[in-house]
Amino acid sequence: MSAGPGQQQALLRQVLGWRAAAAVAWSVLLLPLCTAAFVVLSGIDPFHPLRWVSNSFNDLYTSCVIFCILLMSVVILVISIFNFEFYAVVPSIPCSRLALIGKIIHPQQVIHSVVHAVMGMLVAWCAAVMTKGKFQFLAVPCTSSESLDDAVPQMCLNEYHLFFLLSGAFMGYSYSLLYLVNNMSYLPFPIIQQYKYLRFRRSLPLLVKHSCAESLYLVRNFCIAYYFFGYIPRVWISTTMDLHIDSKLHPLDTLTGLLDLSLLYHTWLCGVFLLITWYIAWLLFKIYATETHHFPVQATFAEETDQCLPKILNSNPPLIIKFLALQDLMLLSQYSPVRRQEVFSLSQPGGHPHNWTAISKECLSLLSDLTQRLIAQQEAAAANGRAKQPAGELKISPQTPGAVVTEDMSFQLQRSNVIPRAPMPSLVKSSLLPLKTSPGSDVGTPFSSPALNCKVGILDLNSPWHGSVQSPHIMRRGPKLWTSNSDLQMNGSHQESFPVLSVVRAGSEAVQPSFIYTWLQNKQEQIKNFLSKRVLIMYFFSKHPEASIQAVFSDAQMHIWALEGLSHLVAASFTEDQFGVVQTTLPTILNTLLTLQEVVDRHFKLPHVSSKPPRISGSLVDTSYKTLRFALRASLKTALYRITTVFGEHLNAVQVSTEHKKRLQQFLEYKE
Amino acid sequence: MCSLGLFPPPPPPGDITLYEFNNALVCGHLYEKLPLAFQSQLADLPVLSLPKETLKAHSRLEHSTKPAFIHHRESLWKRCINAWRDVGVCGVLNEVANAEEEALQWVKTGSRYALALCHWVSSLHGSLFPHLSLTSEDMIAEFSQAVDWAGCTIRAFAWHPHTSKFAVALLDDSIRVYNTNSATIPTLKHRLQRNVAAMAWKPLCASILAVACQSCVLVWHLDPTSLSTRPSSGCAQVLSYPGHSPVTSLAWAPSGELLLSASPVDTTMLVWDVSTENCVQLQWFGGGGVTYLAWSPDGSKVLAATPSAVFRVWEAQMWTCERWPTIKGRCQTGCWSPDGSRLLFTVLGESVIYSLSFSEYRGETQGQVGGSKTASIVADLSETTFETLYGEERIGGEVHSMAWDPSGERLAVIIRGNPDVPESPTVVAVFRTRNSPVFELLPCGFLRGERGAQPQLIAFHPCFKKGALLTVCWSTGKISHIPFFFVSAQLPCFSPGRSPVAAMASASVREQPLFSEL
Repeated sequence: MSAGPGQQQALLRQVLGWRAAAAVAWSVLLLPLCTAAFVVLSGIDPFHPLRWVSNSFNDLYTSCVIFCILLMSVVILVISIFNFEFYAVVPSIPCSRLALIGKIIHPQQVIHSVVHAVMGMLVAWCAAVMTKGKFQFLAVPCTSSESLDDAVPQMCLNEYHLFFLLSGAFMGYSYSLLYLVNNMSYLPFPIIQQYKYLRFRRSLPLLVKHSCAESLYLVRNFCIAYYFFGYIPRVWISTTMDLHIDSKLHPLDTLTGLLDLSLLYHTWLCGVFLLITWYIAWLLFKIYATETHHFPVQATFAEETDQCLPKILNSNPPLIIKFLALQDLMLLSQYSPVRRQEVFSLSQPGGHPHNWTAISKECLSLLSDLTQRLIAQQEAAAANGRAKQPAGELKISPQTPGAVVTEDMSFQLQRSNVIPRAPMPSLVKSSLLPLKTSPGSDVGTPFSSPALNCKVGILDLNSPWHGSVQSPHIMRRGPKLWTSNSDLQMNGSHQESFPVLSVVRAGSEAVQPSFIYTWLQNKQEQIKNFLSKRVLIMYFFSKHPEASIQAVFSDAQMHIWALEGLSHLVAASFTEDQFGVVQTTLPTILNTLLTLQEVVDRHFKLPHVSSKPPRISGSLVDTSYKTLRFALRASLKTALYRITTVFGEHLNAVQVSTEHKKRLQQFLEYKE
Repeated sequence: MCSLGLFPPPPPPGDITLYEFNNALVCGHLYEKLPLAFQSQLADLPVLSLPKETLKAHSRLEHSTKPAFIHHRESLWKRCINAWRDVGVCGVLNEVANAEEEALQWVKTGSRYALALCHWVSSLHGSLFPHLSLTSEDMIAEFSQAVDWAGCTIRAFAWHPHTSKFAVALLDDSIRVYNTNSATIPTLKHRLQRNVAAMAWKPLCASILAVACQSCVLVWHLDPTSLSTRPSSGCAQVLSYPGHSPVTSLAWAPSGELLLSASPVDTTMLVWDVSTENCVQLQWFGGGGVTYLAWSPDGSKVLAATPSAVFRVWEAQMWTCERWPTIKGRCQTGCWSPDGSRLLFTVLGESVIYSLSFSEYRGETQGQVGGSKTASIVADLSETTFETLYGEERIGGEVHSMAWDPSGERLAVIIRGNPDVPESPTVVAVFRTRNSPVFELLPCGFLRGERGAQPQLIAFHPCFKKGALLTVCWSTGKISHIPFFFVSAQLPCFSPGRSPVAAMASASVREQPLFSEL
């Protein structure tokens, strides 16, 4: 079923490779324009406008400018390669300050920073050469002041040039740092489809404004840094290159030296130039990468079958391909009757609705996966706060998730002979039952590392339900879950949350609590308690609740598209589905959506969860991943209403549990 | 082409149009009952009367609480900061130029010159786009769909797209939500809810109401099961964007995901993702702003009228637009046929209705609006004299607003009388329409309200089962519902809510028009 990794790489290259190449080509093509603007602005001379214009136009054709453009093209290429290598459709959100620091000193990020610093220095060198004047050369001839009489020409260090180069390196490094901190590697998909040119034009003024402002801040920071540490590189360079220091000039790491207006202006302009060219490369890559891709629903030729939408959704492609496929599903379900018809069609020999089955199965498994994740998170949160009386707090209609699970499974395993398990479950029950049997044993659980337990527990939770469709990305998500659980654990009452999370294992294995384990456990707790009282440690370890919630919903864009695609298809099936293929899965779809709706509703009632999105300033850096959960909540409700509005009273004939029936009735009466 | 001369004469004065039955408008006195078979249809629709006197006098007459306090002279610096906050750069310049302090003579002179330059530039800008020199209240009154926005109690009206629930915006800046199924009438008030120009309920949702205010767009999240009559202002989301005020028009995507907002001073339309408060600007220079928006019921196209003699039709998938210059004036109003294939619009200064047909939308023509080459005139509403038993009546003029019922069978039009002739009243004319296979516009009749009442706003009930139901807000503050009983010939009403999706589906099945027009 799933295509091999080689094929997937080929697909990735085929889809994304061209886009990246086009983005690089356009950013290189835009480079001469930026350079021209830079040359014109750097030679600004308000008192002689005519001379300024003619000079700058003459400068444009000099060989050094052309060489600089070539060099800059290489820089842009390198930057684009880094953009391509570092992009992510699911942002990685550090949950604590320590995690952020860990990311900064991660080797990958260090390479990123170093390369960007070097590239920044190259750009600054180009800028210095194009600016001319006192900035052009590192070494300038000078005469030492003591020996005016003999006037031996010496080579002196041009500190302005050095200042320029260092500022370039500083800006490159800062860019790389901000790239990480602001999650600029995240590719946000636009809320409306637009042509690339229009998207670029829309973002351009913002880009310029952002670059100008940011360059100002960077120049300020660099000046402060240079004021304190500027002598180190100066001495180093002058000794290694055997250059003298011109004592007639002010050294730049003094207040008078730094308050040179022309120096500040040119540094700022160089920063703007650097940021604009790099941001353009970044923006173009973003625009090209998030452009829609048209996946065929049905293959015309046999060799194209691997590129069909149902195939891609069901295999486990690189995440960006999966995102593009889901986006395409959303668009086709909304706008294209012809392609919808293909989805509803039956296979030619055999008459099976393979397309619809594959698409709906994948969407449903995505959604139920999210449901499980949210339930796990809520339990962790509840256990974290009130482990002593969780049973009362967790009244979450115990049989509902279980019912869905069985339905879901019976749907997924329709043709295999696996007997659906009894509607046990929902991890609420399974985790609470052992607690009741051993109410007193809080600390005595016999496992050394909570991390191990937690991981096992989560994976166990996933496996019975997705046993047959154990897709690797569920597995991959396991560790992420663990991090968010651990986040919650760390919040303080570790002792109490621990047993709850480990009971899954405890049920299957009956190991006698050995004395050493208990002792180790106690020690560990003591150390943790001791550390958690130290302010500095807490500063680094404390979790931002908002961040961990964001982390849970970081890939919610997929679920939003799955919801929209599914609901549009179901709504359209009311008139367009000739063979009734959708009807067979309608109960499952409704169950999944309603369960998710319950769980999401409950999630928004948790403490620490704000019910309103934070204000997003219209900045260049997209922070839409912070608000994905609100978008998910809204589109979930809209999706349910879309189905109920179209089907209306007919939904009463669909088999769903009584509780869901009540819920559906509320939707039908527009009271939800 | 249909003209007013073909209309039946208006009902006698004193009578009120009650309903349409058996293809004729029935007039009579208020106490006359509906035919028995239909009484249950209207039993629970509230007929309201909201006269001006009952509304609490608003403090808007005074622009601030200043007169209540003893005058206190602040320092120039403070006054400048206040002016900056209230008015902006021009306010600061004005404050400095008019300062009484003796010092800083050269600053005063400089700011006086700067102010003069500002005035000159803005007058230049204003001469290109005269509407920019209006105050924001006048601007809303000018571009609002209400006939007399400034003076009447009811400023905006919106039916919920799926249920029998409507919202009414009143002169005192409050909004009341009436629901046929519940007795509670929530009153919405918010600090920023001033000068409401338009409202729109979110489709495919129980109770989310977007309100176009003077400074922002407010999105109220009302709990449909709540019994509270004063939802707190915490239920409202504030969507604001610099330079995007006053907002005069709103349109929700029929699929319920996006909200469009438009302001006559901003050349960009904003596409809001309301749940995350993200917005995307749709920039198209020229026209000086956007005054009126109408999203076609099938979700494929959006009409955007500008204050100058041009309007645009956006295609709502790739967001490209077609530009339509008009000859005489700006596009005042427009409405879409239920399948989104035909746009009727009117132009200020001409008493005709234009029609513009669009090629069938099949999803494969990405980024093409597909409008026909020319718009054709389908109705001539120039002044006509009717000889009745009670004297002569002159009816006709420019169209102020239009509404097309969701089944596409009735078109209601507010015709504003000639302002120079006192005896030419503002009336509501109703047409019978048919959109397929050929577009047809046939006269139905004039609606008459109580004595002295002028129609203010019109809207069709979105899901009335027995035909169409027109709600008319009168200048006396009365809201009345006029049912049109007929059997819909076109669209078999298979889905209960007559949802946009179903409409879209039927649109795609429909054949290409058989005949080209004109």
